[in-house]
Amino acid sequence: MTVTVQSLADTTGAQHFAPATEADAASIIADLAARGTPVELTGGGTKRGVGRMPNAGATLSSARLTGIVAYQPTEMVLTARAGTPLADIEAELARNGQRLAFEPADWRGLTGTTGEPTIGAVAATNNSGPRRFVAGAARDALLGVRFVNGLGEAVKNGGRVMKNVTGLDLVKLMAGSWGTLGFLTEVTFKVLPVPETEATLVLHGLSDVDAAKAMAAAMATHAEVSGAAHLPELMSAQVLEGALKSDAATLLRLEGLSSSVSVRLAFLQTHFSMHQQSVLDAEQSALLWREIRDVTPLHPLRANDRRPVWRVSMAPDSAVLMVDALRRQAGLAVFYDWQGGLAWLRMEADPEAGALRETMKRFGGGHATLIRADAATRAAVAAFEPQSGPADALQKRIKAAFDPAGIFNPGRMGF
Amino acid sequence: MTAIGFLAPRADVLARRRTIIADLADLLPPEGLVHEPRKLVPFETDGFTAYRRVPLAVALPETTAQVAAVLRYCAKMGVPVVPRGAGTSLSGGAIPQEDAVIIGLSKMNRILDVNFANRTARVQAGATNISISNAVSDAGFFYAPDPSSQLACTIGGNVAMNSGGAHCLKYGVTTNNLLGVTLVTIDGDILELGGEALDSGGLDLVGLVCGSEGQLGIVTEAVVRLIAKPLGARPVMFGFGDAETAGQCVSAIIASGIIPVAIEFMDKPAIEICEAFAKAGYPLDVEALLIVEVEGSDAEMDDQLARIVEIAKNHKVQVVKESQTATEAALIWKGRKSAFGATGRIADYICMDGTVPLSQLSHVLRETSKIVARYGLRVANVFHAGDGNMHPLILYNVNDPAEAEKAEAAGMDILRLCVDAGGCLTGEHGVGIEKRDLMLHQFTQTDLDQQMRVRAAFDGDWLLNPSKVFPLENRPAA
Ligand SMILES: Cc1cc2nc3c(=O)[nH]c(=O)nc-3n(C[C@H](O)[C@H](O)[C@H](O)COP(=O)(O)OP(=O)(O)OC[C@H]3O[C@@H](n4cnc5c(N)ncnc54)[C@H](O)[C@@H]3O)c2cc1C
Repeated sequence: MTVTVQSLADTTGAQHFAPATEADAASIIADLAARGTPVELTGGGTKRGVGRMPNAGATLSSARLTGIVAYQPTEMVLTARAGTPLADIEAELARNGQRLAFEPADWRGLTGTTGEPTIGAVAATNNSGPRRFVAGAARDALLGVRFVNGLGEAVKNGGRVMKNVTGLDLVKLMAGSWGTLGFLTEVTFKVLPVPETEATLVLHGLSDVDAAKAMAAAMATHAEVSGAAHLPELMSAQVLEGALKSDAATLLRLEGLSSSVSVRLAFLQTHFSMHQQSVLDAEQSALLWREIRDVTPLHPLRANDRRPVWRVSMAPDSAVLMVDALRRQAGLAVFYDWQGGLAWLRMEADPEAGALRETMKRFGGGHATLIRADAATRAAVAAFEPQSGPADALQKRIKAAFDPAGIFNPGRMGF
Repeated sequence: MTAIGFLAPRADVLARRRTIIADLADLLPPEGLVHEPRKLVPFETDGFTAYRRVPLAVALPETTAQVAAVLRYCAKMGVPVVPRGAGTSLSGGAIPQEDAVIIGLSKMNRILDVNFANRTARVQAGATNISISNAVSDAGFFYAPDPSSQLACTIGGNVAMNSGGAHCLKYGVTTNNLLGVTLVTIDGDILELGGEALDSGGLDLVGLVCGSEGQLGIVTEAVVRLIAKPLGARPVMFGFGDAETAGQCVSAIIASGIIPVAIEFMDKPAIEICEAFAKAGYPLDVEALLIVEVEGSDAEMDDQLARIVEIAKNHKVQVVKESQTATEAALIWKGRKSAFGATGRIADYICMDGTVPLSQLSHVLRETSKIVARYGLRVANVFHAGDGNMHPLILYNVNDPAEAEKAEAAGMDILRLCVDAGGCLTGEHGVGIEKRDLMLHQFTQTDLDQQMRVRAAFDGDWLLNPSKVFPLENRPAA
């Protein structure tokens, strides 16, 4: 098959493709597969530092697959081509009083990358922010996908409706597969109305363990908390330009109709009357949760700060205990989201992958992903949670079911 | 009805029936294997009662290890396996075939562990849906997906079908409330997928297994999300002069930024049937009825309902009935909740399950009536309008083969209509055998080939629930 799309070759001889249509993408991929050429799939390239970089002879970018394909606000569903900048989509939704409820994060500040985050990569990395623990992740809002598999075939799965159980749910599989299964060309997301207002209750001075208990207690009430994060001492000084001071801050967000938010806020204030409190208004609250979302407390303080940052997902009541144990072995800084179920860890020196994963195992297990590190570390450390045994074998068979020649982002997720 | 085919039974399996039964009995506790013809009768169909097949035997394991042993044996001997929960599937998902061993999860029905701090519960697959909410209700929690069959259906069946319910508009369906599963593969491997952590370590296999209709493995345990109960819930009922306006009202409510917990729709035939049965006080002089439910404190509900009533008034609502007391609220729901039962008393019916984009609701309702009228039959519509999941109930007489065939044909036409309107064949009941042969209307062969290759990564010999989901033609060679 001949490649109809021009590619640019760089000094290393790698070819760079940016097809403008799905059909072009399909023929490029068919050609690469026939030659067995590994290819790195990219969106805006802002997360290239996550996972082991494939040693690829080609890159395939969604940069020219742009534009919103269909969006009717009354249906609360939006379809866009994969390379559409996330910013364009968020702006269009905002014009209609809607949003992506899972709060996709912008990690550029954390990882020091540039480029424009794309909606396709939001899907491919299952990129989800603070609201994820109650409102679901990108994978929960993703209703349908189109992609090109490793055979160069265009495939559709899911659709444009909110309830759909027709056939195998490959949509979930594509979400969070980091470009190892297929080249996404089009994604359809469920969207939700922006609530009338929001507010955040701050509890000051709690230890990590007490904060985890307080967040669990808040979640056990009818207050419908939509954000629960904990910034330990000093971390708290890194947000809102230091307005929270440096004492530990436990953050509980409420969103909804203003009549409802004020009632629920009053309820929580009474519920936690034993703790020192303050309240952030809608504007400050929005700013704060954006900073939690974008991992601002761990942004580099100097340009060359590449200290390793892990994203650790565990049971909410276990992460604080795990971190407490790990701290005895290694220097680290940490803050928590998702009621404690997400720990953002910055190691002060080595990534300590072994110690971290060992300690996690002792506290009920979970998953650690290396999000920031220098190139040498990334080459040496498994960035994604290593799988083993039958689960590993199964995962590799699934990979082969999409990409039999193994050309898409080989090795990036460990397979 | 005989239109839907099954795979031809494997003669070599039938020939070894006695040996297979003896071997399986060794792997199971006493009383753990059913094989006498008389005792197999209850297993020959599910909620899609028009089709029946007697299985070779039924295994009723009590542990995950026993499930693994039976699967390993069946894989070795090339015996097809049909997983079964409570058998309430409306798409024939649990209907066996003559050469298949049913693995029934009914004895594995315990709630194993509840963690209120993490808001999770680990339950065995045979636990009923309602038993989870019952176990955590006193502590102020519930399990959100609430299929109308929740008294009977199992969490394993819910996972296999990715089931929904009336309250899914706000809380999502099974896949959005499932954190982990214990999956036994056809090879007898026991995989712990997911768990109490929200993110998965590698590929999202929990998401893949959910909705896989018993074709990737047998789920023996599930970790589900619990949610704190709201302070209160209150429905309001609206009557409209035509279905079109009711449909527009649904869109307008959603667009206003209020997401109610449920928006249920009933058309005139459904209203009449339900009112005759439940005496719920539904107006009989309207063409369409909406039940909209909101949650929260009294003040919050007052505020939300006031806004919703305002929207309804802008849509020429003819009847507004708010509920002031719990009894009134229960009465509004009673008619809706008894819809299937009430319909079953006046006629046999098949229940369709397509989903359409909200903007297409009134168009699809209109066309549905035309289709059914063309076949000389009647239809009642009662469904989850907030998410476009339609449930036309096609009424017919099961003892009249010609009428039964017409009902089935009308159903297929309606599902094609849903797909053509930008929707899908099934919103929550699954493909099973019922919609299997329509899959190429929604997907290309390439789309299906991709799904079948993924399926084969789990079960290369196509032993798990093999007659379901994928058209029998054009399957990959095992
Ligand atoms: C009156 C009535 C109302 C209903 N209302 C709703 C509704 O509101 N929403 C809705 O979504 N559905 C509804 N249903 C359909 C049905 O109840 C659901 O599909 C339910 O999830 C089936 O559960 P079950 O335990 O009965 O499974 P079964 O019918 O026994 O099996 C269903 C499918 O799951 C597979 N399976 C079962 N257990 C397992 C397991 N442990 N591991 C792997 N595969 C397994 C079977 O092979 C089969 O393919 C209704 C059904 C009836 C009869």
